[in-house]
Amino acid sequence: MPVVEMPQLGESVTEGTVLQWFKEPGDAVAVDEPLCEIETEKVTAELPSPYAGRMGEIHVSAGETVEVGAPLCSVETAESDVPSAGAAPPATSAASGGDRGGWTGGPMAIPPDERTGPAPASPEPTASSASASVRAGPRPAPQRGTIAVNPEPRTRFYSPAVNRLAAQHQIDLSGVKGTGIDGRITRRDIERLLERGDAATGSEPTSVREQDAPSVQRPGSPSGGVQSPGGRDYETVPLSATRRTIANRMQQSNLEAPQAWTMVEVDMSQVFARRADDSEAAEAAGARLTLLPYFTAAVVATLREFPALNARWDGDELRRYHRFHIGIAVASDHGLIVPVVKDAGDLSVVGLARQIADLAERARARKLTIDEIEGGTFTVNNTGTFGSVASKPIVNHPQVAIVTLERVVRRPVVVGGDAIAIRPMANVCLSFDHRALDGDEAGGFLAALKERLETGEGD
Amino acid sequence: MAEVNVLEAIRETLDEALSEDDRVFIIGEDVEAGGVFRATDGLAKRHPGRVKDSPLAESSIIGISIGAAHYGMRPIAEIQFADFIHAGFDQLCSEASRWSYRTKGEQYLPMVVRTPWGGGVHGGQHHSQSIEAYYTHMPGIKVVAPSFPADYRSLLKASIADPNPVLFLEHKRTYRLVKQDVANAPAETSIGRARITRRGADLTMFAYGLMLHECLAASEELAGEGIECTVVDLLSLQPLDVETVLEAARMTGKVLVVHEDTLTGGFGGEIAALIAEHAFEYLDAPIRRLAAPDIPAMPYHHAMEAFFMPDKQKIAAAARDLAAY
Repeated sequence: MPVVEMPQLGESVTEGTVLQWFKEPGDAVAVDEPLCEIETEKVTAELPSPYAGRMGEIHVSAGETVEVGAPLCSVETAESDVPSAGAAPPATSAASGGDRGGWTGGPMAIPPDERTGPAPASPEPTASSASASVRAGPRPAPQRGTIAVNPEPRTRFYSPAVNRLAAQHQIDLSGVKGTGIDGRITRRDIERLLERGDAATGSEPTSVREQDAPSVQRPGSPSGGVQSPGGRDYETVPLSATRRTIANRMQQSNLEAPQAWTMVEVDMSQVFARRADDSEAAEAAGARLTLLPYFTAAVVATLREFPALNARWDGDELRRYHRFHIGIAVASDHGLIVPVVKDAGDLSVVGLARQIADLAERARARKLTIDEIEGGTFTVNNTGTFGSVASKPIVNHPQVAIVTLERVVRRPVVVGGDAIAIRPMANVCLSFDHRALDGDEAGGFLAALKERLETGEGD
Repeated sequence: MAEVNVLEAIRETLDEALSEDDRVFIIGEDVEAGGVFRATDGLAKRHPGRVKDSPLAESSIIGISIGAAHYGMRPIAEIQFADFIHAGFDQLCSEASRWSYRTKGEQYLPMVVRTPWGGGVHGGQHHSQSIEAYYTHMPGIKVVAPSFPADYRSLLKASIADPNPVLFLEHKRTYRLVKQDVANAPAETSIGRARITRRGADLTMFAYGLMLHECLAASEELAGEGIECTVVDLLSLQPLDVETVLEAARMTGKVLVVHEDTLTGGFGGEIAALIAEHAFEYLDAPIRRLAAPDIPAMPYHHAMEAFFMPDKQKIAAAARDLAAY
């Protein structure tokens, strides 16, 4: 019976969570009919069936996270009597399985991408075999404070990694049993302990934990809080893949990039005037004009003048890009997503309005594809929608700068020498990676952007 | 798509360089006839006058290359076996490496020295040596040591284009042994970047050249025992991709550095030191180096050669200890 495996949904994606099944065992299945919905740290997608037949056994229940390549379910096909599990093609992935260590072998199955953070937590084979995957050694002791009496010398030796994790998560090591040589506590022991949820961490609960506490809500349901069985006065919030990705990115950006911040005030009268002129024609063309496309167009035009900001600090290389792929921060129920308007420099204001609206809508509906959220060279964040008048965005690593458009506020300003007028004013804030550029370039960019927005020239 | 071996990748890249840039020429012992490993086979005929035999004098091969580079040429010197390069050591280290420095960066010295290195071919004491550590110690010379055909291609291209002297190390055992479907190979790489070739959470191996392939083979075997290894192909030793080295070390906290060169003063010490210095708090075991024993030269007898060289079995054994620690 052919087996459908967890596909690799994008570069560097190593695991996926089954959110829900659309088919029950026994249901009829047509080719390309969605079998289940899968969430990864990058996207959520429906998995089309590669086979026609009847749904067989489901190996991974909704909410479980398994590695790429793990069997998800089987499909009973007409020729199912033929034992063909080994011959079953992977569902969608183009990854070339192959002979990794191959000396002379065909294509080297080299993971195409260097993942950016340290690998989180453990690579236990699959969640479905999780009970067997708590390896060899005894489980870490459930309650703390008990002193493990062990005369072996290395039980009291804690490696730098163990010390760091213990300090970080306030773990009393005297209650932990080690599985290393001579009972040494290993980094993996601590990681497993954390995975089991004895400390609040970003690790995904394993199914072992689910057995321990059957009332636990499945991970992956975005809003579900978990009431701890011990009657604590707090709840542990299960972290979705999106949440974890946001956490990693933000942390990485803050750890790696020394970020400076600057702000200008912009008189938006001109933009409003242009929008009033354009909106009728735009509506006729089926686009609704907000300030954001005007702002984005001005940003792109200004980036042409200041290419230092259209760049990525990739590894030890500073790369300036000749094309303008602009990330647009979108708030959604399941967290921040930054879809990318590709080649924003080629689009008119109406074109930008359409693209941004389309990407934002599909971001909220979780219908983006991988390449729609990758490859940005600069990011725009419309924080004004939250009512904010000044914010300090975190640079979207590895890009080197991010700009916000704050809320437009009508207020008195001094104009034409000594006169006072009421003008729609907005603050525009810029955070930048100070490794990659300096204040004069960043300031020059902001000044030119302000000029462009206020005069409406050059875009 | 056709598979290409290491030697073919090198030959095609040299051919391309000769075709694309008339400043490029090749000089070395027997290169007109194709060289002992046939790396320049057919090139003298296709590019008349630009593939030049030299006397058996490495100092002069490198010296001539330095002079030609001063005059705006892009010499590619071939040293027949890395073991022979020592005669040219002074030219490389006292002259070539310093030119940019001596001229306050006003002038550069674009030249490549290609040479087959390493053992496992029953080459005995004078045809098996690892020489990288002498030159990684010398600032001003880049040292590149790829493992797969596609990387040989992109890094040789990058070396020829580089304005600095580059020592391009070709592991002779892999010349015909390692093949790759280049069309499906990873993207072109550049000098100074390492690649994480395999990912696993239990320990991290660092290697280059033949040892990279031994590490991958050992990892495959270990995976069957439930030990998952991360394997880093260093590709470029000088400059070294420190960031990737540290990232890969932090991923697992257990580090095994493998090289074919002898242990003491070998390049593995540099990797170990960097990790100890910058990733200390992530370490979960002592850093382990696996290298040839401190013996003056690689022995000839096959049993002794096997004793001398690290291989899949020795790597797997060291990895098991490390995983169990």
